[in-house]
Amino acid sequence: MSQFEYAPALESTAIVNIAERYNLFINGKFVTPKSGKYFPTINPANEKVLAKVAEANSTDVDLAVQAARNAYSKVWSKLPAAERGKYLFRIARILQERAREFAVLETLDNGKPIRESRDTDIPLAAAHFFYHAGWADKLQYAGVGDQPKPYGVVGQIIPWNFPMLMLAWKVAPALATGNTVVLKPAETTSLTALLFAEVCQQAELPAGVVNIVTGAGATGADIVNHPGIDKIAFTGSTEVGKLIATSIAGTKKGATLELGGKAANIIFDDAAIDEAVEGIVNGIFFNQGHVCCAGSRLLVQENIHDEVLEKLKVRMAHIRLGNPLDKNTDIGAINSAAQLAKIKELVTAGGSEGAEQWSAPCNLPEEGFWFAPTIFTGVSQTHRIAREEIFGPVLSVLTFRTPQEAIEKANNTPYGLSAGVWSEKGSKVLWTASRLRAGVIWANTFNKFDPASPFGGYKESGWGREGGRHGLAAYLKASN
Amino acid sequence: MITDTSEGSLKAFLKTLPQVDEVGANARAAMLATRSIKTSSKAWAIDMAISMVDLTTLEGADTPGKVRAICAKAVRPDATDLSVPSVGAVCVYNDMVGVARTALDLIGGAAIPVAAVATAFPSGRASYAVKAQDTMDAINAGAAEIDMVIDRGAFLSGRYGEVFDEIVKIKELCGDKAHLKVILETGELVTLDNVRKASYLAMLAGADFIKTSTGKVTPAATAPVVLVMLEAVRDYYSMTQTRIGVKPAGGIRNTKDAIKQLVLVNEVAGPEWLNPQLFRIGASALLNDLLLQRMKLRDGYYASPSYVTLD
Repeated sequence: MSQFEYAPALESTAIVNIAERYNLFINGKFVTPKSGKYFPTINPANEKVLAKVAEANSTDVDLAVQAARNAYSKVWSKLPAAERGKYLFRIARILQERAREFAVLETLDNGKPIRESRDTDIPLAAAHFFYHAGWADKLQYAGVGDQPKPYGVVGQIIPWNFPMLMLAWKVAPALATGNTVVLKPAETTSLTALLFAEVCQQAELPAGVVNIVTGAGATGADIVNHPGIDKIAFTGSTEVGKLIATSIAGTKKGATLELGGKAANIIFDDAAIDEAVEGIVNGIFFNQGHVCCAGSRLLVQENIHDEVLEKLKVRMAHIRLGNPLDKNTDIGAINSAAQLAKIKELVTAGGSEGAEQWSAPCNLPEEGFWFAPTIFTGVSQTHRIAREEIFGPVLSVLTFRTPQEAIEKANNTPYGLSAGVWSEKGSKVLWTASRLRAGVIWANTFNKFDPASPFGGYKESGWGREGGRHGLAAYLKASN
Repeated sequence: MITDTSEGSLKAFLKTLPQVDEVGANARAAMLATRSIKTSSKAWAIDMAISMVDLTTLEGADTPGKVRAICAKAVRPDATDLSVPSVGAVCVYNDMVGVARTALDLIGGAAIPVAAVATAFPSGRASYAVKAQDTMDAINAGAAEIDMVIDRGAFLSGRYGEVFDEIVKIKELCGDKAHLKVILETGELVTLDNVRKASYLAMLAGADFIKTSTGKVTPAATAPVVLVMLEAVRDYYSMTQTRIGVKPAGGIRNTKDAIKQLVLVNEVAGPEWLNPQLFRIGASALLNDLLLQRMKLRDGYYASPSYVTLD
């Protein structure tokens, strides 16, 4: 060996027991689906089938909603708030104890690097339960009046990019505020939700408080349209979010929607350049760019464009793409063939519209779904790659001349989920942040998450907030 | 990069350097510390680290006997396994340079340079005449590398020209007889912005190496400090096509720490810096841990510490 080549450092999968098939989790038990159908879930890093997962039809969803309603009216709503908090603490502690198991399973089913599932997804998921456990008996301070009331039965539909973390974002505040839940994980990433069902059993959570039904879009539609659901919480694409909004129009159902984004990451010429380059990398290549708040539009001040791009390319050459179970992998597999096709379509459009493509030099494995970290320079606001969410490791680089122009370009999008500002000048950071139309604005960092911080979008990026005090309000109604 | 080296011009130049965001630098260093180096890459890294060690003794109690002992260890770190490489250099105070040089030459270590700390190490609080004499003594006694300290007092009070001029003059004394390593003593500079400025000041003044610490002040070679110094040599190379070396010293006591340093070099400055000409580790206790880990990889079990020599 003449160079420092990192030998494979694989995380063992021995800690995880994957069953051949998984049933629905309804009323505290795993039950076979009335549909009688199961669909395969694969490891996107090698396309091998991991397990078969039940496909819930409308009868199954109905049973789940009934179980949730029953648990709500007979048990959960009668429990003292402090007791609810105890269950959440218990779940949080079990998640920490079984963190490695969750991390490995998440990486197998989703394709994300073990470094991220181990250091980000699972610790944050546990943190959300800890945070909300503390809120359970303090809801009079949530800003929704003196005696806020839960909605009742909440239907929750979560995406495939952070399966376990999005589950925690949904389930923890719902339970803390006294709601019961029917949750549907994404069809490509059901396994950690089903392992979470085991955790609910282990924590002796009363039957029916959390119900997990697996399936694809049709199952989701069954939840949204079920008359027994009081509120929908959805994270996913803007397209599906609009469908949900249409479906529930005219009903009494409440909704929080956390949808797409096309975030601007603004680098001023007085930024800490090396750290800003790290922020660009973290902003767009974290989780293969499968992040709704990803910093997918880099707005760099024109007078430092060349310097930043040169450093970015050097840095990108060090990104390690490969087996997600390798502890040294920085970028794992694209979650599905369909997502890979979408990324490729937009990248082709970027080239044909005249932007210049550069991809980091790395060998893509033969099996599985992969896409090399890629940047486009010479992008203008009219290009599709500057407007549409790619949801992959693809960065569009635009330039600006003045702070005013940066704001104009950053806000010139139907989305408004997140944004980043990089400058060592405090006054400029505040000036910029107060003018950006986005729900989350990071200054001199990116993709930083904390359960105490509300998250959500402006415009077509969604309704409502998740996390923090504001997130509680999404699960509470002021009492009359 | 800069032709006018007057105080004002240096000040203006240092102001053009981008600031360091400490939170971001710490996060980057912490992320690189998660790299998991196993099996063949670990074996490679251990041997590379051994060849980069500046085996050091800098104590008031140093004697010729002690210095001869570390010279023996430097040439053949493990007498039972001659496939172990020699270390990068032996580092001593200037009155021990002659002893070290003679000892090394006698036992087949002619290729191992002797490094001497100089310029009123470790504080640097002496007149220039004393510092110059200190340096000349070391060179005349056969030192091929001079580890000088910068005047931190001058740096912190903004007298960059003084710091710069002193390095230039010591570099002239070194001429082609000795390599110059410039110790920034980052534990006294405190901020990463200062580390970056001092790194550039030293490189502009002619340093062949920039070194973190004397080993007499804590904190010493922390990962974020080494990160910022590696960024400095990388960027200096892209401006001047000259590669300056980096030497962390102080606090690197075990194999894990040493391998983390090599990961930093690999992913920040680049693989071109992964050789003893451009990266050294100032240490004393580290070498024995590297040897123990090397035995563990070879034999499959940990040997008793009694199997490595204490010198």
